[in-house]
Amino acid sequence: MTPANADRKSVDGEPVNREDGDRNCADLECRGLVRRFGDTAAVDHISLTIPPGQFFSILGPSGCGKTTLLRMLAGFEQPDSGDIYIRDQRMNEVPPNRRPVNMVFQHLALFPTMTVAENIAYGLRRQGVKTAERQQRIKQVLAQVGLPELSDRNPHQLSGGQRQRVALARCLVLEPTLLLLDEPLGALDLKLREQMKIELKHLQKTFGTTFVYITHDQSEALVMSDQVAVMRQGRFDQLASPEELYHNPATPFVASFVGDNNRLPGRVTSVQNGIAAITLANGQSVQGRAAEPGVAAGAAVDLFVRPESMSVKQDHPQQSLTRLSATVSTTLFDGANSRLEMRVGDQTLYARLPQDGRLGAYSAGSVAELSWDPRRAPVFLSGTG
Amino acid sequence: MIRSVPRPAWSKRLYFAYLAAFFVYVSLPLLVTAVFSFNDAPFPSLPWRGFTLDWFFADGSAGRTGLFHDDSLLSSLATSGHIAFWVTLVSVTLGCLNAILFERRQFPGKEFLYILMLMPLVIPGVILGVSILVFFSGTANALSDTWGIEWDSLRPGLPLVIMGQVAFITTLCTLVIAARLRKFDRQLEEAAMNLGATPLVAWFTVTLPWLLPAILGAAAMAFLMSFENFNTTVMLTGSDAPLTVTLFNRLREGSTPVLNAVALLLMAGSGLLVGLTLRKPNKQTR
Amino acid sequence: MNPVAHRLSLWLLLAPFLLWMLLLVIVPHLQMLWVSFHVRESWDSSVWGVAQYQTFFSESYYWRTFVRTGVMSLFTTLLTLIVAFPVAWYIARLARGRSKGLLFAACLIPFWASELVRTYGWMILLRESGLISTWLQFVGLTDAPVEMLYNDIAVMTGLVYNGLLFMVVPLVTTLDGLDESLVEAGYDLGGNSWTVLQQIVIPWTMPGITSGCIVVFMLTLGSYLTPVLMGGKDSAWFTEQIFTQFITRFNWEQGAALGVLLLVLSSALVWLGLRLSGQSFRRVMG
Repeated sequence: MTPANADRKSVDGEPVNREDGDRNCADLECRGLVRRFGDTAAVDHISLTIPPGQFFSILGPSGCGKTTLLRMLAGFEQPDSGDIYIRDQRMNEVPPNRRPVNMVFQHLALFPTMTVAENIAYGLRRQGVKTAERQQRIKQVLAQVGLPELSDRNPHQLSGGQRQRVALARCLVLEPTLLLLDEPLGALDLKLREQMKIELKHLQKTFGTTFVYITHDQSEALVMSDQVAVMRQGRFDQLASPEELYHNPATPFVASFVGDNNRLPGRVTSVQNGIAAITLANGQSVQGRAAEPGVAAGAAVDLFVRPESMSVKQDHPQQSLTRLSATVSTTLFDGANSRLEMRVGDQTLYARLPQDGRLGAYSAGSVAELSWDPRRAPVFLSGTG
Repeated sequence: MIRSVPRPAWSKRLYFAYLAAFFVYVSLPLLVTAVFSFNDAPFPSLPWRGFTLDWFFADGSAGRTGLFHDDSLLSSLATSGHIAFWVTLVSVTLGCLNAILFERRQFPGKEFLYILMLMPLVIPGVILGVSILVFFSGTANALSDTWGIEWDSLRPGLPLVIMGQVAFITTLCTLVIAARLRKFDRQLEEAAMNLGATPLVAWFTVTLPWLLPAILGAAAMAFLMSFENFNTTVMLTGSDAPLTVTLFNRLREGSTPVLNAVALLLMAGSGLLVGLTLRKPNKQTR
Repeated sequence: MNPVAHRLSLWLLLAPFLLWMLLLVIVPHLQMLWVSFHVRESWDSSVWGVAQYQTFFSESYYWRTFVRTGVMSLFTTLLTLIVAFPVAWYIARLARGRSKGLLFAACLIPFWASELVRTYGWMILLRESGLISTWLQFVGLTDAPVEMLYNDIAVMTGLVYNGLLFMVVPLVTTLDGLDESLVEAGYDLGGNSWTVLQQIVIPWTMPGITSGCIVVFMLTLGSYLTPVLMGGKDSAWFTEQIFTQFITRFNWEQGAALGVLLLVLSSALVWLGLRLSGQSFRRVMG
């Protein structure tokens, strides 16, 4: 499915006829956005285009500038330079309350002095929607988020998941062009978070609203998004689909930040057909895919290989696979995620354990034979991230 | 000392005895005052001569004048109410503005002004009264001597009493309201704006409802403190004496159960006010 | 918000604050200071001088009362702390649920009535024809009425009673925040009740203790009704002398000088208390 042509459906399944009619114009376009705090640029020349109906995530560690970017979109921060367009309307000078943008805040910011229904009514009242229609729309949106019975409760009487849904309903009832979400799942416990991830994705598809979601949790970004931008120090390292991001990271930062990865430093001995041969510090030789133009013989590099890309102690490794011997330190049992901790020289390495229950076979100190497809192990110049 | 550390039984018993003694100490004077307002005797002391409501309702025909027929007491009660109303209005308004100033704005010298704002807490009430008397009467004298202007509001009287009480009650109101404002999540205002409210609308629909319990609490406190104040008030009062001053003068002449009746009325009134404000915030979220 | 509106709103917030501070607190006190250094020559002229202060130091009656008031206020503060601490500890750490709220409310009982009413209650209890005297005769401990009013112990009883709330509330607030595992760790590492109290609990409670002590001290030093109504002929309180100068003798210059001295005494002792306890004024009061 190409995200740009994602079905825009209203809730009862009818296609939406937007009044502006222009299906090709982007819901959000940013050009060269910059925001400085003192000497540091929190947001450093960010440009992006989000087509209608997309679930767009910005993924990055805390302090990377993603919150500042989101607050500029909402109008709570002013860009030092660059432009923000929503449906081709320039937004830079538009105050927050006039933007067709709603936001789910990190701590949800539900009004504690109002009931659930009053919270949802708040935006409608500001728009001057008449009482009868207002009540109709509140009822409808509460049904859509699965909370039809709770309209008279106070927010503090709700569970974490319910509050989450009220916060979403409060925004979605206004039918914004763009819904911004500022790590709203951060406060939930693990199990509920897993559940809400899936629910959010479904809600986004039902409403067809464009979501801009920021998070530092790579799993949230991967599960929910159509497109993910990985952000670091005010810039985007990579903007791609989740699969692309995972399998073909553009930078060593993306490789180590998205998903689990092992990093093996070494030196390139030769490069052939895009496959680099690398000598590790302890003298062993392995192969990986040269992911940067600068990866050439003699260069100091890092090879990244994911725990699940390696097979452990295969009796007849195929010729195309590269091999490595490692010393087992311990086994880490975690059901389907059980791993083997090993050492190669002074590097620690993790590999997924084969799912055949032969845990006992790997005692501490024994040697494990690892092998992987060189095309699934990108090699970057060391020191570039 | 704490629940998880066991203590010998005798020390527990001693502790409870102490607590019991404490609460007797705390409640006895007021209890006695209240009870003797119903004693059918001309003095508030033993022996008990039977129950009567004379000290509240007697109309003076039988030699006893009850509280509700005692014109000077009633008029001083009204004076106190009048003063307390204005003090509450002015100090709660000032308290709100000060709370916003100190919790929301950054400006040079803020720390210094905040400490200045706290000063009335450590100035004895007598001194506050005296200094305001000296300043305003001095100003009135100067105006009269120099330009022949007579500005009587600056002489001892109700306006001066109100100003004197406002001087220190404002600090307390500021502290109560500022404490609540400090707990307010500013994201709520942003959320309101995000949902289409202008900053002013956001303030009135989101922030003010949040502050309301504190504002009501501050108002109740201001009203009580004004009503009960003596030290500052006595310096500034003119011909219309408020209740505390009238009571003090009566007490010096000798005590009668009418004073007990007034005391009981005051206790009931403030108890009611305290009860109302204590109940409210429990329903609110914190 | 645009910068002009931003600045304008700041000034609009600052204006009422400054008006209140200057008009009701700062300028009156400066005026009082100014008057205290003026010696009246005739009814409408005066010159600079320190005659009022000379009078204070040369008349032993003045400075003796001054010292006595200070010492007794300190003593009252200490006594209030000792009386209140076990109660605050019980409320904060041992009581649970309903009983906690009830006990806390009970501590507020005295403040359902004004200082005047509280003092009146004690007078009914303690005087010669009072309740306790009658009771002592009834049970046979004494044959003749006992006068328990009009001495220093009576005054202290009343003053401690007045100050209790202002001590209990800050103590309960800080003790509430004490992590019980700290106390458990204290015992676990071999401490006994005394060392745990001295090395863990009291240092933790210091902000509350300081804040309670400052407020109680201020209230006691500036109190008037309790020492006047319950004290004996030779147990004068310094505030009485200020009242006398202003109200009976109309000697405002002398009264202002005494007021300045009382303010200096209270400020000095508050400052000393903060220094000794290592607390900051802002943290303790705000």
